[in-house]
Amino acid sequence: MLGYILRRLISAIPVLVIVAVLVFLMLRFTPGDPAAVIAGDNATSEQIALIRNRLGLDQPILTQFTIWAGNLLTGNLGESFFFKKTIVELISSRIEPTLSLAFATMLIAICVAIPLGVLAAYKHGSWIDRVVMGFSVLGFSVPVFVIGYLMIYLFAITLGWFPVQGYQPLSQGFAGYAQRLVLPALTLSVIYIALIARMTRASVLEVLNEDYIRTARAKGQVERKILFRHALKNAAVPIVTVVGIGIALLIGGVVVTESVFAIPGLGRLTVDAVLARDYPTIQAVILLFSGVYVGINLLIDLAYSLFDPRIRY
Amino acid sequence: MMSRWTIATAAAALLAGSSMAQAQTTMKVVMHSDVKIVDPIWTTAYIVRNHGYMLYDTLFSMTEKGEIKPQMVDTFTESPDKLTYKFTLRDGLLWHDGKPVTSEDCIASIKRWAAKDPVGQKLMTFVDAMTADDAKSFTVKLKSPTGLLIFGLGKPSSNVPFMMPKRVADTDPNTQISEFIGSGPFVLKTDEWKPGDKIVYTKFKDYKPRSEPADGLSGGKVVKIDRIEWLAVTDQQQAVNALLAGEIDMVEQPAFDLIPLLKSDSKIKLWNYNPLGLQYTMRFNSTQPPFDNAKVRQAVTYALNQKDFLEATVGNPDYYQECKAMFVCGSPLATEKGMDGLLQSNFKKSQELLKEAGYDGKPIVLLHSTDLQSLTNLGPVAKQLLEKGGFKVDMQSSDWQTVVSRRVRKDPVDKGGWNLMQTSWVSADILNPVMAGFFNASCDKAGFGWPCDEKMEKLRDDFAREPDPAKQKAIAEAVQVRWAESPTHVHLGQYNVPIAARSNITGILTAPAPVFWNVEKK
Amino acid sequence: MSAEPTILAPVAAEPPASRRRLFGRLLTNPSVAIGGFVLIVMAVIGLLAPVLGTLDPTAINPSTRNRVPGFERTIRADDGSNSTFKHRMGTDSLGRDVFSRVVYGARISLVIAMTVALASVAIGLVIGLVAGYVRWLDGPIMRVMDGLMAIPGILLAIAVVSLFRAGLAAVVVAIIVPEIPRVVRLVRSVVLSVREEPYVEAAIMAGTRVPLLMARHILPNTVAPLIVQGTFIAASAILVEAILSFLGIGIPPETPSWGNIMAEGRNLFRVFPHNILYPGVFLGLTVLAVNMLGDGLRDTLDPKMAGR
Repeated sequence: MLGYILRRLISAIPVLVIVAVLVFLMLRFTPGDPAAVIAGDNATSEQIALIRNRLGLDQPILTQFTIWAGNLLTGNLGESFFFKKTIVELISSRIEPTLSLAFATMLIAICVAIPLGVLAAYKHGSWIDRVVMGFSVLGFSVPVFVIGYLMIYLFAITLGWFPVQGYQPLSQGFAGYAQRLVLPALTLSVIYIALIARMTRASVLEVLNEDYIRTARAKGQVERKILFRHALKNAAVPIVTVVGIGIALLIGGVVVTESVFAIPGLGRLTVDAVLARDYPTIQAVILLFSGVYVGINLLIDLAYSLFDPRIRY
Repeated sequence: MMSRWTIATAAAALLAGSSMAQAQTTMKVVMHSDVKIVDPIWTTAYIVRNHGYMLYDTLFSMTEKGEIKPQMVDTFTESPDKLTYKFTLRDGLLWHDGKPVTSEDCIASIKRWAAKDPVGQKLMTFVDAMTADDAKSFTVKLKSPTGLLIFGLGKPSSNVPFMMPKRVADTDPNTQISEFIGSGPFVLKTDEWKPGDKIVYTKFKDYKPRSEPADGLSGGKVVKIDRIEWLAVTDQQQAVNALLAGEIDMVEQPAFDLIPLLKSDSKIKLWNYNPLGLQYTMRFNSTQPPFDNAKVRQAVTYALNQKDFLEATVGNPDYYQECKAMFVCGSPLATEKGMDGLLQSNFKKSQELLKEAGYDGKPIVLLHSTDLQSLTNLGPVAKQLLEKGGFKVDMQSSDWQTVVSRRVRKDPVDKGGWNLMQTSWVSADILNPVMAGFFNASCDKAGFGWPCDEKMEKLRDDFAREPDPAKQKAIAEAVQVRWAESPTHVHLGQYNVPIAARSNITGILTAPAPVFWNVEKK
Repeated sequence: MSAEPTILAPVAAEPPASRRRLFGRLLTNPSVAIGGFVLIVMAVIGLLAPVLGTLDPTAINPSTRNRVPGFERTIRADDGSNSTFKHRMGTDSLGRDVFSRVVYGARISLVIAMTVALASVAIGLVIGLVAGYVRWLDGPIMRVMDGLMAIPGILLAIAVVSLFRAGLAAVVVAIIVPEIPRVVRLVRSVVLSVREEPYVEAAIMAGTRVPLLMARHILPNTVAPLIVQGTFIAASAILVEAILSFLGIGIPPETPSWGNIMAEGRNLFRVFPHNILYPGVFLGLTVLAVNMLGDGLRDTLDPKMAGR
């Protein structure tokens, strides 16, 4: 097991190196010029050239890359071109809202979707099944910002239950924190409810047809026990997979949700950084996300062995 | 057992605590953009200028009517030959770290500003020497008389000559400052500044306002709110929603189409704080064909009209004004000289001029920014009008930052260059031909667009040398007439963005920039 | 990394007899029938856009902007005659007719969906076949794919769009790039599993040449899962296009795509909700139809899932 984890960790290194190179090259071939953005409206060509020089952007690409990669190896992510802050400071000040949003979303999604999926599988072919499946297809089909606006219109403006926007750090009290997190998390969870409910239904359905479930039924075990003890546990592998993928994909949805609800998280940091051509920030954030993605995949694989004793590493 | 004394102290502390809690007022504001850069000399972005007015003070400042009055300066004298100026600072001016403001600080700050600002650059060609006489007074010697010295030091908009401590002002003008200490009415809470989230200012307790009442940017800067938070809300509708719900106190630039919603709510008040407003502008790249030909540029001035642009971007005549005066309607230099027949969508005339100029029908590249709400609708209007006027238009859409990086490229159009771009200027930045950057026609030394016109440069130089306002106006008229012969840019109309605030907010000053002293929250 | 959802198990080549019945089975599957029908309707709307009582979807008219559905405008023709035009879905903030934009928008959104689906499947198929068959290239290719996959799709798309000048082509490429690795993985897994089949091993031993081997044994096995995957890619392409427009980095806003119409109207949702709701309904319906089609195809083509 340990050996396996070690091997997986080592094999993650080339992936991250490839991400680093890809992102670096892509940014350097992008037409935008951070120096011109920084200099502003009145700047002359000379002033822009000076700023470019200060940022080191006039060096050959290879030199720029070596410097950046060298700093990276020593744990120095550098400083943002715009914000007078180091990347580490920037990211750490943005990580709480994004983690909170991601966590709340997955919590809602799992709590809603798995019972729904099991129910739909159990009542296979009934109207409940159709409603759940219909919703799960619909959940995929509406852009997340439309869901966000509808939620705001309904729950914040019309009913006045929640604030329309903003984020409050946990340190300023749980009530305000939770109150501001509900709507964005609900908005973002719709698509994951759809995804996970579908997957749960499909895999529970598959398991329900297996011989040992029939055996259990024949033995007269309680249906609830059969469903949640035997069926769900054995259907867990694909569900865990899809939850893991969901977490990894969450960041895409986070970008939009954070924009709609004015949440100062990593998603907005990235979009802002891309629009401002803040190379060091973009590189660092994308590397971070890729690292998270690789890490989650590792966790998923490890989780397999937990749920399915047949899988061994 | 508690002694009577401790009980009394505890009660007093409780009382003090509660009364302090009452006195502590916080105001939450959504500005038009997030504060990412915090050096108001390094960049001309308006959000950074607004930030500058929180933190820094100026030697002179502009009244509501446009006069320049001393601010940090107590008294100043002008020698009879108008070549020597002696300034004395007010008593009790302090930096936020408690050290006194000195004349050395001011000289260093003027130098750094003058290295970046177009008025400052022009001014420096007149300045012979700046010397500190003692801790509180300094002298400026000129080579020849100019009205630019006092005007420049009281310049209201980007770049504003903000005063900084010498050690900060000695930073190279092309490097961002890394210490944020001013002598202005607010202090930056550096520990709470999170770019993309919020920036926080608190009242500077040791600030000594002037005794005069506040008037525009001049007069006493009396702070009546303890803490001001600027929140970054990118979604315009959400900013308005939050204001309506009372979650925030003020939106600096609400979207025009949402103003009816705000007007219908009795708890919201709209403040038309900047009557001069802003001006939409189209810029030519004068180095690339076809706009290297003055006739083709003239054709554009005939083909366009301001109303279509204003309708499409502002939409409500209460907030816009068609105005052919390039130096802004309502300002001393406003004139319609040279504007006969222009900006009336005379498509026939435009087509004739194009024919005379031998325009080959090659599509012109119009840079169109899509992520700034205030600019997005300009592009399609320009395209439609220019096409009717005989041009072929290739409108290339991108985010604003791409436009910004692309417009500084001089390359041919098919190699990543450009022909036209559109932006907007705060009127306070374009009140005369020297400060209005787009009139700078000094070829390669001019800003992007690089117009090259000796006659124009001569007129601008004359203007800088002319201290007499009446004669200045005559020169400004001549500039506008010359412009009509060889246009450098086109003004697309004037507009105002009101501030929207909860009705318990009062005292918002009429000024070219939104400022937060004198503002009260009840 | 084995984290790809195992929704699509590779399918063994079906015997010819059942293939003939396949088409009938497809039509009787309600998901396929309904989804297909809605899609055909959308395609017809898009194709017939000019004759459905529309105006030029890009023609602006600043004097009648932000009008509610049903607003009637007098249009003066060049010969001086007047006619009335009814804006069935109102006008947007530039005075363009929303109905015309929504109808023409069907073209753009469907074209994007088709192009993205076809191109990512085609590119992914080629790379996947190479990776699965040429052993020494497998490692490098899959590492690059892992790297691409590890970058969040939206961020990758944002970066790609800003790499080119914003336009239809850039957006299509931006949506294709993040999809490719998923197709490659799928194809590669099919190739690897088919290679182990005794009849394929026998063919290899008998010296069948690679192109023939691919055409006869490997490609047919990739068709079913690729069709299904392609449908889901098409659905996601429509949504990603809308999101890119929402973030202000999509197709030029002048071009009427559903995403653009919604992005344009989003700041005024509270006062003029029609600008989001109408294109939103069309977009939702279309994506729903594509997803249903995909579900139906998967159920029909994948015998493991059939009959459920």
